[in-house]
Amino acid sequence: MEALTDAEVRELEQRARAIRVTIVEMLAAAGSGHTAGPLGMADIFTALYFHVLKHDPKNPDWAERDRLILSNGHIVPVRYAAMAHAGYFSVEECLTLRKFGSRLQGHPERDMLPGLETTSGPLGSGLSESAGYAYAARMDGKDFRVFCAMSDGEHEEGNIWEAMMFAGKYRLANLVGIMDRNNIQIDGDTEDIMPLEPLRDKYEAFNWHVIEVDGHNIPQFIAACDEARAIHEKPTLILAHTIPGKGIREIEGDYRWHGNPPGKGPADKIPADKQAEVFLAELRTTTNN
Amino acid sequence: MINPDAKLAENMFDKPTMASTREGFGKGIVEAGTADERIVVLTADLAESTQAHHFQKAFPERFIQCGVAEQNMATVAAGMALYGKIPFFTSYATFSPGRNWEQIRTTIGINNVHAIVCGMHAGVSVGPDGATHQALEDMALMRTIPHFTVISACDSEEGRKATVAAAEFGSPVYMRWGRDKTPVMTTSETPFEIGKANVLWTPEVKPPKVAIFATGHLVYQALLAARQLEGEGIAVTVTNVHTVKPLDRETILREARAAGAVVTVEEHQIAGGFGSAIAELLAQECPLPVEFIGVHDKFGQSGEPTELVEHYGMGVSHIAAAVRKVSERKPV
Repeated sequence: MEALTDAEVRELEQRARAIRVTIVEMLAAAGSGHTAGPLGMADIFTALYFHVLKHDPKNPDWAERDRLILSNGHIVPVRYAAMAHAGYFSVEECLTLRKFGSRLQGHPERDMLPGLETTSGPLGSGLSESAGYAYAARMDGKDFRVFCAMSDGEHEEGNIWEAMMFAGKYRLANLVGIMDRNNIQIDGDTEDIMPLEPLRDKYEAFNWHVIEVDGHNIPQFIAACDEARAIHEKPTLILAHTIPGKGIREIEGDYRWHGNPPGKGPADKIPADKQAEVFLAELRTTTNN
Repeated sequence: MINPDAKLAENMFDKPTMASTREGFGKGIVEAGTADERIVVLTADLAESTQAHHFQKAFPERFIQCGVAEQNMATVAAGMALYGKIPFFTSYATFSPGRNWEQIRTTIGINNVHAIVCGMHAGVSVGPDGATHQALEDMALMRTIPHFTVISACDSEEGRKATVAAAEFGSPVYMRWGRDKTPVMTTSETPFEIGKANVLWTPEVKPPKVAIFATGHLVYQALLAARQLEGEGIAVTVTNVHTVKPLDRETILREARAAGAVVTVEEHQIAGGFGSAIAELLAQECPLPVEFIGVHDKFGQSGEPTELVEHYGMGVSHIAAAVRKVSERKPV
């Protein structure tokens, strides 16, 4: 794939900023949900929906589309926001997040919204589903790719290691894992709760090809997706180092923002009733990086 | 007397053919796999004891060995079903759906994809392996998941037909299988339709005093009990309820109302299983006295299948005693 021009990179970064604004707006309207993860993954989801994925927002069931399976369903606001900006549905619909009757369930439900690929939330299962999907697609000689977005914390689940072993055994080269290595989980920092390192070595020991990237460097992430395409004998993991809450300085890296929406987060830096407003102002005035 | 419409095997009481229900799966899955290329079979290091090895031999390219990892197997199957394959995934019922229940609930149940969970080695009749390997809770686990259909075949032949039917069903199915060889009652002529219970025994003199509803291989014990009771002048009906969910309301209510008292028979905990499902239906539609044959809040243990079935109160004499007891409980 051709390298991105500076203008293209800037355009993607603008989109990522718009997606972050939508994430904050939808979470504030919902009054519940997760903030840090969706903001941290906004650059990657922008790159996926606006550059990497082969997909058609007007035809979500297109048989040849690349599949994006979201394993850690709780960061789905970033997916909804990216899908809305890509044209799957209106950005206004994002404000129905978590409301009764909404297609935008608190955790993604495949049956409710075209384009979600699967239902998820309980952690540790998405990589197995993706592996099964990739295995089945390869049986039929399909050439689309299966991407699986995962959190780091969910690597505390046994199921995911079973999936890594399975994908390594069957050399699922059409499978690309994307790990959001943001180092936080609900109760604290991952290395305090249950140390995960050395993650790269662990994946390599399970016969995966590993590429580490800065998860906020869109060209770097896109280059990793291209590189994965050239690896024919193994599945690839893109180990994306991200900053939870990216884009809002006051909350970046703070695990306490894992599971709280603006308006209900820790109030030691910004009073609760000002959080949404401050976040939106910051996103609208600062540059992406 | 045997209901002639059921077309049961003529030798069923004298010298019945013996086969395990899981053997029926082994045959049915090869048949289904021949008819439909989308069918794939997964196992978690139990190809032979689940009988999946027959499919493995016939269609090696559609057989997926997952290793001892039931959570992965269930979710790999979900992914394959999302793609458009029709996966049957096999292990012992204590592990699948025992260990991987949440994965099944979320990725197959909520997703509502056509994947078939095959839980082998159900019941104490697993025998010498003991309590850890004798699933007595699986129907309770599976009938509480929306979208799932639950099937427990009465013999090998019915198991074969059920497998072929499940392959064409289009939505999630749980199938329960036994390890031990048990009498084959049904024939290729016996009607089988998912969701449709079959009356196998009708009284010589009507009306019946008690309706027996049975599922799994204990249907045979229920028929033996019916034959014995008829000799004592106690008329009963025996209905084979292979589809535990959804229940065939029409047949069950018709038989229950005609008799006025019910005995349920299953090789499973009485809490939450087949008997509970029948009782839920009767409580709403026609409250009647019910006696439950099954395991009463205990774990199994090592032993021979027949002695364990007797020990846990699921033999012919227990069924007959339950019939006498429930008929005395009828309101005068």
